[in-house]
Amino acid sequence: MSRHALIVDGRRILVERDPMDRLLDVLRDAGAKGVREGCGEGECGSCTVLLDDQPVCACLVPVFQADGASIVTSAGVIDAAGQDALASAMLTEGGVQCGACTPGIAVTAHALLAKDPAPDRDAVRDALAGNLCRCTGYERILRAVLRAATAKEEAS
Amino acid sequence: MGVIGTSPPRSDGLDKLRGTAGYVDDLAGEDTWHGATVRTSVACGTVLAIDAAAARAADPDVVVVTAADLPGPNVLPVIQNDWPVLADGTIEHLNQPVALVAAPTRARARAAADLVSVEVEPSEPVLGLDAAHEVLASCSIDHGDVDVAIADAEHVIEGTFESGLQEHVYIETQGMLARVEGGVLTVVGSLQCPYYLQHALEAVFAPTGFEIRVTQATTGGGFGGKEEFPDQIGAHAALLAWKSGHEVVLLYDRHEDIIGTTKRHPARVTHRTAVSGDGTLIAQDIEVLLDGGAFVTLSPVVLSRAVIHAGGPYRCRNVRIRGRVLKTNTPPNGAFRGFGAPQSQLGAERQMDQIARRLGIDPLTARRINAYRDGDVTPTGQVLDASTSALEVLETTARRADFLTRWKTNESARVDALDDGAPRDGIGIALAWHGSGFTGDGERRLRARAGIEVDDGGRPWVLSASTDFGQGTEVVFQQIVAEALGVFPEDVGIRPPDTHLVPDSGPTVASRTVMIVGSLLHRAAREIRGRVGDGPEPFQERAAAWIAANGPLKAETMHQTPPGATFDESTYRGVAYPAYGWICDVVEVSVDPDTLLVTPRKVTVACDVGRAVNPALCAGQIEGGTLQAVAWAYLEEVKCENGRYLNDRLQTCLIPTTRDAPELDVRLVENPSPAGPLGTKGVGEIPMDAGAPATLAAIENATGIAASSVPATPERLLELMEDAP
Ligand code: FES
Ligand code: FES
Repeated sequence: MSRHALIVDGRRILVERDPMDRLLDVLRDAGAKGVREGCGEGECGSCTVLLDDQPVCACLVPVFQADGASIVTSAGVIDAAGQDALASAMLTEGGVQCGACTPGIAVTAHALLAKDPAPDRDAVRDALAGNLCRCTGYERILRAVLRAATAKEEAS
Repeated sequence: MGVIGTSPPRSDGLDKLRGTAGYVDDLAGEDTWHGATVRTSVACGTVLAIDAAAARAADPDVVVVTAADLPGPNVLPVIQNDWPVLADGTIEHLNQPVALVAAPTRARARAAADLVSVEVEPSEPVLGLDAAHEVLASCSIDHGDVDVAIADAEHVIEGTFESGLQEHVYIETQGMLARVEGGVLTVVGSLQCPYYLQHALEAVFAPTGFEIRVTQATTGGGFGGKEEFPDQIGAHAALLAWKSGHEVVLLYDRHEDIIGTTKRHPARVTHRTAVSGDGTLIAQDIEVLLDGGAFVTLSPVVLSRAVIHAGGPYRCRNVRIRGRVLKTNTPPNGAFRGFGAPQSQLGAERQMDQIARRLGIDPLTARRINAYRDGDVTPTGQVLDASTSALEVLETTARRADFLTRWKTNESARVDALDDGAPRDGIGIALAWHGSGFTGDGERRLRARAGIEVDDGGRPWVLSASTDFGQGTEVVFQQIVAEALGVFPEDVGIRPPDTHLVPDSGPTVASRTVMIVGSLLHRAAREIRGRVGDGPEPFQERAAAWIAANGPLKAETMHQTPPGATFDESTYRGVAYPAYGWICDVVEVSVDPDTLLVTPRKVTVACDVGRAVNPALCAGQIEGGTLQAVAWAYLEEVKCENGRYLNDRLQTCLIPTTRDAPELDVRLVENPSPAGPLGTKGVGEIPMDAGAPATLAAIENATGIAASSVPATPERLLELMEDAP
């Protein structure tokens, strides 16, 4: 057991954990339920979070590696009112079905748009290649991310 | 108010985006105990002894449950009573649950489960359809005189078509939470059918006298995988809660989910078809064999749907279809989107391509000649109604994808192709039908109920046991009720699918929710509106005034099968389904001629959904199902050796990523079904029917390799290429 300090969605938390505990479990135990386990081996992306702005699979990161880092989960990228471009595009396009993949997709898409504000369809496909969705066939998710990019551009 | 046919977004979308939707693994609290499952290590044999002493010695808090501890009969009732809660004596498949463990944390529960030793006497398992002989279910259709027609036929064409196991890979794995409190056993979990689990728990816990309550947690995908399987994991969680006295959550990780839960039935479909020189079907003689796994569970009804759809969407006067489910020593195969129809229609469509090739006609013409028209009679003797759209979806898709020209171009390009390693393009077409709702007399027996109640403030609430595991059922129900009452969709509340709060509307399966339960709600809403009466004030005000004057306002309706719509299960004659959906897929692929790697590029789909209540959600269902179907054709495979699934984690059990996914162009066709007030037809499953055969046809168009089985992986295609004359 050792102490670890993390910043989760802007909030500082202090935990007493085995340093090898998965960041996934630490975040979920701290109430971040948008970090979801779908495979536990880095394949599905439903546990995606930003670790110092980089999307990572929280199931593959031991908590000690996140010590002192800033972590952003889906609750940190989607505002509670759902007013931001990404949330409203996902809802209008129908990019959300069962929701199991959705928080991870939101985090990855957010990271993409931060890096590349005007991606084309292939860029979105590449960025989301590590996030499995079994419900949508991806079509509406891709359209939603492209739509969010356009909306953000128009707003700025 | 015109809300049907519009696409308001789903109401739970924001919670799902933020991660606050409340899946079962989000519901466990600090004090919740965790469960773990002890499984058998052989595929067949006898349990000699179960010894939990080491587990108890290492951790005195742990609670262990074996078959000997069950309060009542060791059976999960489905269709027959042969599916045990826990293995007792005989072992019928690898990884069969034999004991359960609960402990205060997940790590301790798993450690304890590892210390439970099970002594077994192994015996020889029966594996694969070739070795199987015990029949779990059978059925057959006889229409016209097949033998005479085949004897007289100009051409008789034979073919055998196989498909393997498919894993659901819902992204949220199975999980259940249970507690016993004041004589009430409550189970909350990831599930499609709260009343199925309710009935299973009533049987398992009968002697305890507990009141049973089942509620659905937000559910992360199902595709049939959370239809009957939750009966088992739900009973397990309940047993641990009952034995330990704690709230217990039982969650499978992905590996356990793959090794322990149901899959799509592997199938072998054999066709012998008589055709005239112009390609008209004269007789179909079809055999459908399904691998049921170790227990009967839902296999008889999967078979029934497979058999009724086995001829494909084609008119034919002489049809004989024989179906059997055989027992093997793997986990029971079960419900999976399409429910047997994708397997049998894979055969029908590949056979149609083979017929076309033999007779030298193109695949579009062959389908055009034979597709059902309204007024045609199906093999069960059902006369098809005016909403029969086989030709319309066929022509729409072929035109949008410019199918015929491109198919012909690829055919000649293939012949002239240089050996230059350049990718080859292929395009394939497939047509399918899918009966909406339960097969045959299912709805009549079930007598589904649903209702509307209005609270004192005048807000209407939907009472139904239909569950949403991704489809968007809630907003669709809101739209249907809103239209009938003259309010906005967001004015309609939805009571949770909780067996203490809502009537039994039947399971959320068989593409029946919008058509059957939606119609019940529509009727209930109209009844309410009739009682309240019309007027200038908003419905809410009128309803509140009505309640103040007359008391509670509630209407419950029960499904009634229209007179004349009967089905005889002993002869397989009659109305098999109240309505049929129709779909056509054109799949475009490119194939690397050296590696035989298939890349799907685009899928064009037209699907008759009767009436689209919410077109965006409706198309979303079709898109998701289409990708599952295409991937089943070339990518998805659960390999099974000695009863063990070899690819038992996501690293090896592949499903498509965004990079694999083709562009999807879905066109909704709306030919309202006369069977219900809304005109809707089922949409959940039909997209699974045409994608796979269209993909194989596209591969054939690109390479000349006529694969008759799925998945057409590069290794399989290579074998076929080498075997080719
Ligand atoms: S749970 Fe981390 S990638 Fe699947
Ligand atoms: S919405 Fe269900 S897995 Fe993506």
